[in-house]
Amino acid sequence: MSMNLWRLLSGRSASAPVARERLQILLAHERGLRGQPDLLNILREEILAVVSRHVDLDPEKVVVRMDRGDNVSTLEVDIELPNGVEPRRLAVVV
Amino acid sequence: MAKVLVVTSGKGGVGKTTSTAALGAALAQLGEKVVVVDFDVGLRNLDLVMGAERRVVFDLINVVHGVAKLSQALIRDKRLDNLWLLPASQTRDKDALTDDGVGKVINELREKFDWILCDSPAGIERGATMAMRFADEAVIVTNPEVSSVRDSDRIIGMLDSKTVKAEKGEQIKKHILITRYDTSRAARGEMLNIDDILEILATPLLGIIPESQDVLKASNVGSPVTLNNAASAPAKAYTDAARRLMGESIAMVVPSERKGFMNRLLGRRAAA
Repeated sequence: MSMNLWRLLSGRSASAPVARERLQILLAHERGLRGQPDLLNILREEILAVVSRHVDLDPEKVVVRMDRGDNVSTLEVDIELPNGVEPRRLAVVV
Repeated sequence: MAKVLVVTSGKGGVGKTTSTAALGAALAQLGEKVVVVDFDVGLRNLDLVMGAERRVVFDLINVVHGVAKLSQALIRDKRLDNLWLLPASQTRDKDALTDDGVGKVINELREKFDWILCDSPAGIERGATMAMRFADEAVIVTNPEVSSVRDSDRIIGMLDSKTVKAEKGEQIKKHILITRYDTSRAARGEMLNIDDILEILATPLLGIIPESQDVLKASNVGSPVTLNNAASAPAKAYTDAARRLMGESIAMVVPSERKGFMNRLLGRRAAA
């Protein structure tokens, strides 16, 4: 009660409720991700295995990226092939 | 039966080492035989907070590697003869801690002590996972502040998946210890309140330690706050927390300010 009175007198609004709300949203998201296997790394390993069956490539030049949007998420796979073998870049956007 | 308790947090600077020293001393003052173990390899500080920095000869890594016997590395407190310290190494890095080696040391400690308090380093790397690995219970030190609560949540997730107990399908008992609780800021709604923190983390509360000069004074002179000034508010809060760890049920007291009118005015001006 004294807290409300103080807030009324000082004219300041409390920031703690904002902190609470931000944390609740963030942690709900982070807990959902926890415990899942590392999806991106698994994808990267498997894509690497498939492609390198046909083409020699540098494992460092395989980039797998995921972007989360509100409605759709995108998975971007960027594989750089060495020159001389196949002079082109494969870019697949799913 | 011996209990292994990890004092952890994820975030640095929230008061893990201070709390390990204070809870360890409080348990010893209550008659338990206690060892506090520093897992912060390379950045040890528990020795300093306990006032034993000049008595360190051997350390945890030496014992893990068989260079020294456990009895050679343990340092007995000069004030309480049932309180001991196992310091961390200052020169080695965290990779020197092996699962097997630490497990053996913890088992040996279980035979000698009632309580083994493991002071975790900050972060979620090897030092922190080794400190929690063999724990039966955990104290998660949390400040009423967003980044600390988020990191505590992360650490709770690790306690529930990366400890030996969790891997066996058992529950590790977890407690939240709120430290650096500032009554006046809480009253102004500037600080997350305790109910919110407990609801967000869904973990029971062990105690609330008020922000206090006494905590700083105690570490300045190398004495756990429960020994340095037993009558102070933080010392009382730590002692209550220790009693709760021992299974006593003690009513939770939210620290409150007892300031006169003039002090309040001055305090407000300082805070503004």
